[in-house]
Amino acid sequence: MKYKSQKIAYYFFALALLLLVLQIVYGFIMGFARVGYDGLHEFIPFNTARAVHTNLLVVWLLTGFMGAAYYIIPEEAEKELVSVKLAYVQLISLALVGVTAIVGYHFNYWEGRKFLEIPRPLDYLVVVNVLLFLGLILATLFKGKKRTTTAMVLTMGLVFAALLYLPGMIWFDNQTIDSFFRWWVVHLWVEGVWELILGGILAFLLIKLTGVDREVIEKWLYVIIGLTFISGIIGTGHHYYFIGTGKIWIILGGIFSALEPFAFLAMVFFTIGMYRKGEKKHPNKIALFWTVGTAVVSFLGAGMLGLAHTLPAVNRYTHGTLVTAMHGHLAFWGAYAMIVFAFISYVMPNLTGRKLYESRNGKLAFWLSNIGMFGMTAAFGVAGVAQVYLERKMGLEFGDVQKDIQVHFYVLIACATMFLTGVTYFIIEFLKYGKPNDEAIVEDNTVE
Amino acid sequence: MMLSKKSAKVFFFGGTIVTFAMFLVMSFMTLTNEVPKRTHEENLSAEVIAGKKIWEENNCMGCHTIMGEGGYYAPELTKVYDRRGEGFIKAVLQSPVPWQPRGRKMVAYNMNDTDAANMIAFLKWVGEMDLNGFPPEPDYKSTKNNKK
Repeated sequence: MKYKSQKIAYYFFALALLLLVLQIVYGFIMGFARVGYDGLHEFIPFNTARAVHTNLLVVWLLTGFMGAAYYIIPEEAEKELVSVKLAYVQLISLALVGVTAIVGYHFNYWEGRKFLEIPRPLDYLVVVNVLLFLGLILATLFKGKKRTTTAMVLTMGLVFAALLYLPGMIWFDNQTIDSFFRWWVVHLWVEGVWELILGGILAFLLIKLTGVDREVIEKWLYVIIGLTFISGIIGTGHHYYFIGTGKIWIILGGIFSALEPFAFLAMVFFTIGMYRKGEKKHPNKIALFWTVGTAVVSFLGAGMLGLAHTLPAVNRYTHGTLVTAMHGHLAFWGAYAMIVFAFISYVMPNLTGRKLYESRNGKLAFWLSNIGMFGMTAAFGVAGVAQVYLERKMGLEFGDVQKDIQVHFYVLIACATMFLTGVTYFIIEFLKYGKPNDEAIVEDNTVE
Repeated sequence: MMLSKKSAKVFFFGGTIVTFAMFLVMSFMTLTNEVPKRTHEENLSAEVIAGKKIWEENNCMGCHTIMGEGGYYAPELTKVYDRRGEGFIKAVLQSPVPWQPRGRKMVAYNMNDTDAANMIAFLKWVGEMDLNGFPPEPDYKSTKNNKK
């Protein structure tokens, strides 16, 4: 690292990993409930476990993005973060709001709106927290010496993400309109502005890891995020096929969302292309694994598995089944969890000065978590497709079908155990690095 | 490479502005013309709205789905009013012990009559929406050769 204040990123990553572990625990609670072991039902019924599982996902990813931004923005702007103290305040308040929300879910304190379960009074605290975060980032960026494309794209993603949170806070009497605007938040986040954050972090990593000229990388960054928005904004329509909105979404939503994989395909070509173009290889092989991995797995999980059920004729049958869970798991893992892992892998040697570049644990973390997640995706997929045929095509009762597909959830639990083992290795590596220190400050971390 | 960084930037901003403008126009048309008709907004009574509130306060979509949106752990409820009828729904909502058909437990809500009636009004209203053919009718018939 170049600036003292970049050390704050470490604490964001530590919190993110802690929340991830908790997320996985609640995932297991749901997995066991699905095979009939729901002993915790009285205290943690399925809807609580699910709200905690998905909300922790959102919170730990955002925590990871924030950590990445606190590292990237000073380095790109060539200026210390304007206030480290306020960044700590932001971190602690973020953790407090998150924990309050999660605890509240166990006491029926929530809003049953998928992914946006945080009750509205707490929403205002989230807004204050995010404003503080954005204030620190923007002030650093605009007082700094440089405003690079990478930094601007990352910041743009963060600002848009904050703005898009607002439509989700409005109350609507009509369930359809409620859902309509809920997707403005959820869809336009994950298939829109979060991809700007992903793109910004990916570009930063590629600049550092491959040594390819910044101008070339940033040019392709524009192309990728251009493809993302052009397909993804109207692609929101794939959530509007069957919720009481017009036929126009079936036509245009279908066409544009079928184009969404191109942005991810471009990201694969871009990442692998830059990796091969870079003449000097950075010794941090683990970071390269995760960086190339995120491009490939996001293309498969978000791009291809999304495409698999995005056409209206298919979606009429798969909508509201476990097929969505199949896509959701690999998409979030590939596009967002892996980029945070890539970033952590890249920065830990820089923050601590310990160069644990090629460890057995690091590789085990990568392969076990990925193979485990692919297995989980397959289990959800098989269960989902069977559900579609039995329930939607043949008209069997929901509960009977769930019994028939129960066996796939044993596979899910087995694969999830493998996944958790991988994540555990990653955390062990993280802990081995120890805390960040000022002795690790150097002029330039780009490959020599 | 022929493409310059500047033209890539124009592609991004131009593409974003054009598609976002289209999106806003489509959203406006949807909210003003389509949704009121398709959801029968004239039927949005105080009971239905109270039902929606209960639906949210108890995070029903954490297990169930409605209009295909929710948790995939419990049955899809868009057409439940037609399928099960009022009496059955009321019994489930007012059960003092977890309702558990085929072993999978629902939270015991033990609802009072007013809340249950509001929930039923909400589910009835949802069931009457025009959802472009969702949920689909089962369409498989056995083609196995039988003697009879």
